[in-house]
Amino acid sequence: MEYTLFILLLPFLSFLLLGVWGKWLSHKVAGLIGTLSLAAVTVLSYMTAWTYFTADRVGGIYETLVPYNFEWLPMGSLHFDMGIMLDPISVMMLIVISTVSLMVHIYSFGYMHGERGFQRYYAFLSLFTMSMLGLVVATNIFQMYLFWELVGVSSYLLIGFYFTTPAAIAASKKAFIVTRFADMFFLVGILIYGYYCKSFGFDFDAAGFAEGSFMLPTALVLMFIGGAGKSAMFPLHIWLPDAMEGPTPVSALIHAATMVVAGVYQIARLFPLWIQYAPESLSIVVWVGAFTAFYAAAVACAQSDIKRVLAFSTISQIAFMMVALGVCMPGHEAVIDAHGSLGYMASMFHLFTHAMFKACLFLGAGCIIHAVHSNEMSAMGGLRKYMPITHITFLISCLAIAGIPFFSGFSSKDEIITACFNYSPVVGWWMTGVAAMTAFYMFRLYFGIFWGTENKELHAHHTPHEAPLTMTLPLIVLTVITVGVGVYTTLGGFLEWGGSFGSFVTANGEDYTIHFEKQVAITSTVMAILAIALATYIYKGEKQPVADRMYAAFPRLHRWAYKRFYMDEVYQFITHRIIFARVSKPIAWFDRHIVDGFFDFLAWGTHSLSYQIRNLQSGSVQQYALVFFLGILLVVFSVLFF
Amino acid sequence: MDYSQFLGMREELSLLAVILLTFLIDLFVSSEKKAENCGNECSLEGRPCARMMWLTRVPIVLMLVHTVFNLLPCGAANEATWTSLFGGMYLHTEMMTLIKSVLNVGALIVMVMATPYLMRKENHIKAGEFHSLLLFTLLGMYFMISAGHFLMFFIGLELASIPMAALISFNKGCQKSGEAGAKFILLALFSSGLMLYGISLLYGACGTLYFGQMAAALSAPNLISILGLVLVISGLGFKISMVPFHLWTADTYEGAPTPVTAFLSVLSKGAAAFTLMVILTKVFSVGPFVEYWDTALQLLIVLSITVANLFAIRQNNLKRFMAFSAISQAGYLVLGILGGTAEGMEALVFYLAVYTFANLGAFAIIHEVEHHSGKVGISDYNGLYTTNPYMAFCMTICLFSLAGIPPFAGFFSKFFIFMAAFKAGFEVTVFIALVNTVISLYYYLLIVKAMYINKNEQPIARFNANISSTVAIVLCVILTMFFGVFSAPFNFLSYFGFGI
Repeated sequence: MEYTLFILLLPFLSFLLLGVWGKWLSHKVAGLIGTLSLAAVTVLSYMTAWTYFTADRVGGIYETLVPYNFEWLPMGSLHFDMGIMLDPISVMMLIVISTVSLMVHIYSFGYMHGERGFQRYYAFLSLFTMSMLGLVVATNIFQMYLFWELVGVSSYLLIGFYFTTPAAIAASKKAFIVTRFADMFFLVGILIYGYYCKSFGFDFDAAGFAEGSFMLPTALVLMFIGGAGKSAMFPLHIWLPDAMEGPTPVSALIHAATMVVAGVYQIARLFPLWIQYAPESLSIVVWVGAFTAFYAAAVACAQSDIKRVLAFSTISQIAFMMVALGVCMPGHEAVIDAHGSLGYMASMFHLFTHAMFKACLFLGAGCIIHAVHSNEMSAMGGLRKYMPITHITFLISCLAIAGIPFFSGFSSKDEIITACFNYSPVVGWWMTGVAAMTAFYMFRLYFGIFWGTENKELHAHHTPHEAPLTMTLPLIVLTVITVGVGVYTTLGGFLEWGGSFGSFVTANGEDYTIHFEKQVAITSTVMAILAIALATYIYKGEKQPVADRMYAAFPRLHRWAYKRFYMDEVYQFITHRIIFARVSKPIAWFDRHIVDGFFDFLAWGTHSLSYQIRNLQSGSVQQYALVFFLGILLVVFSVLFF
Repeated sequence: MDYSQFLGMREELSLLAVILLTFLIDLFVSSEKKAENCGNECSLEGRPCARMMWLTRVPIVLMLVHTVFNLLPCGAANEATWTSLFGGMYLHTEMMTLIKSVLNVGALIVMVMATPYLMRKENHIKAGEFHSLLLFTLLGMYFMISAGHFLMFFIGLELASIPMAALISFNKGCQKSGEAGAKFILLALFSSGLMLYGISLLYGACGTLYFGQMAAALSAPNLISILGLVLVISGLGFKISMVPFHLWTADTYEGAPTPVTAFLSVLSKGAAAFTLMVILTKVFSVGPFVEYWDTALQLLIVLSITVANLFAIRQNNLKRFMAFSAISQAGYLVLGILGGTAEGMEALVFYLAVYTFANLGAFAIIHEVEHHSGKVGISDYNGLYTTNPYMAFCMTICLFSLAGIPPFAGFFSKFFIFMAAFKAGFEVTVFIALVNTVISLYYYLLIVKAMYINKNEQPIARFNANISSTVAIVLCVILTMFFGVFSAPFNFLSYFGFGI
């Protein structure tokens, strides 16, 4: 598996090449370099996955391979390593990242056509892909943190890609600051972990933590805060909707499919620790996730900007994955068993399916925005006539996210809800409700774009058109994956085939056959269909009397949801009114007047003293000799009497 | 007498060979040939004929060979024994080879950077003289460092200072240069006289001038031996240019040709500081004496650093400015002597190496700018960045290193020397030195500010740097950065015997 090194090297080289010499390359060549290197990465990733998963299981589980691991920074007994680790989840992530990234690279050819900074864009995409791949194959938590920060940087660079737009700059800063703030906790968690474990590795020799110690759960919760920042969990979610200021393909790649699931991946990576040493703390993950899922779904119901709807839907879906991880329970004697840790498999499964259909939805949204030059639903409506391919792929992805059988979202979401019911019926029903809301707001979005009230005035002025092949091809590929995986896993779940997702990724590594709980499957499907029907009833028609009456009946609720329950304002208040005004200003005053004043006084004193003694250097040799002689006397005096 | 003892003096013999070759080549090339010009187009810039260039190149190549040949000690590492030759007249340790290597590299850089100066019309006839004088000074320093007897030491000191006076007044036509040379030689004689008096007092007290025997004889301090000690310190303090024995420095630095100033500011100082440490730890190693010279040195260090900083703030002439900067740097250098510990010596050698590169780099730039524009005022440097960005950048790095800003080498050398003095128990002196680094930061940054921020209607015109100067500057900058980033050179030092 030595060739896995190229999975990281190729995008890095492409980044260097495009970053340094991009200016001298034409758009086409730059794009081709980026895309071809990524195509090679994709091929290598699929080869890796094939080799890895066709190898024989040892003791019922896939072996963890470490093709590379070298000591990078030794620090006494601790050392930071850099390497590549292959285990089921990292190989699965390789597939997800390379696939979506390749699609985005191809799509960007059409979407970014003729943009200024095209080469820079591709350079950043390469950088991001390299960092994300490095994150998932990390052999230790410190390497993970390093690449974690790198994906943060590339996300920052790409959100602020249109650096002449003030909104984009503000959004990129916000994303960077919020996630950095959360990463601080991650780092503290890592340091606590390293301090007690004497290692940063993922081999989890937690002997350093005394049994029942308080420190390991603390470290894990701190790391979770870092993960929550990256994965936009409430209340650290505020950066993600704004991040939509970046180019749409970037939103599809980074802010929907890959980077934002880093938090989920982090918990999955540390899962053995959580389950063995801090099973109680996992309930924090459940509650944060469950609340975020509901909150984001509620906000998504009221947004009018299509990318924002998708952004909140992403937050909600990632929260599903978080909840799924949180509801895992240890078996006897803290051993990870298949039943208790069903959520782990479900979470990873949902991560996989979600990445595909959400990328498809975002890329579809990109096509739409490309066609009508606006993000607002008011500029759309009735677009199905103009954009048939986008329409069909968008519809299929909506069905997938809504959880309709035979589409991929159904299988994974159903496993999550089953796991939730195993944990507690309250959580189970709560998540079923949120799933129904998902179906509702996604179809509200779908009808708002492709049916509903058409903005005829605008469309007459500028007729929307279908996107070029470079843009529709990725949509088709992603839709085919969604449908293919959906049909296969739905049938597999009902008929209890082996060889479904559970055969590759499970919490304890053993083969697990996915089978649906009939009650759960039927309930959630019925709820989803009802929600879709409701959305159809309200939003499909040319005139929307029900929707209008609802606005009239609950104006305040709508405004609150539209304003995202004023979370941004709360942050604004805390940072500006409390931290800046009450804490920073007095400190600044003290610094400016007392501290600076003291140093100004010193400087003034030094200067005037320097002026006073200038005559010592007169230029006359006789005087020099005299001073020399007096100096000797001074030294003799000091030596004798001190 | 056993003549094979000469073989123990590897560095001195090899340098003597270089000097003789340089001397002979210069002797056998006729002066008409040296004065020959290529015609008008060359003489405009005052450059000699291309085929005479080799005359300035040959000593450099010889010196390079000598440097490489003597770069590392050849004795067994980690053996803190003294090699004693000629009945104890000549003493040698591995650390001395290292300090001589540092001096060699410094001299080499000075020779390289002096090339454009020597190629001037009025100078190229004297190029051979310049090199011979320079190398004789270096030889003097060698003997000074390796001396085991006060007589040997004194001869070395004189050999290092008399040719120096000739070099300082090398610009024969220039009144300032002559004045600088006169001031230097007069004060050097004055200090030598006083030191000789001190040595004679020591002889009176001990009855011998061999370092080894003196240490045994000086068991109980009395007034005579203390006076001798102070006079020896003051004589070397003159060479290191410590306050209050520093007054010649600014005038001499300003008047001397810039390469000579560079040589004076780094090599004389370094050799004298190292010798001072050797003498103090070797001769005055008995308890009460250590306290006496610690007190004296602390006084001189505090005075040097503080007074020089106060003077440096107000200078406008860059060479005068560098003079005061050098005085204050000398104070830091001598901090390593305090306590006379092995750590201190290690820090001193490292400090000297780092200071050599940064200071010579700065002087090479000053020299190059002076060579092309004739300007040495700090205000002349306003806006240098707009016309000569590379020069400004290299100058900034050198100044940052001198000021001790991480990650450049100067930060670490200061750090190590402070650590050594702190561990030896001189907290107050270290604290005063630390406060002074802040002041020094201010005036070093003044120059950076002038180059980058201050506006100037007529900045120094853009010029293409001479190839040899470029080599010197780039070498200094790279070494400055290298010593800052890699810790290996410092760790490397501790492998060698100190002889303390």
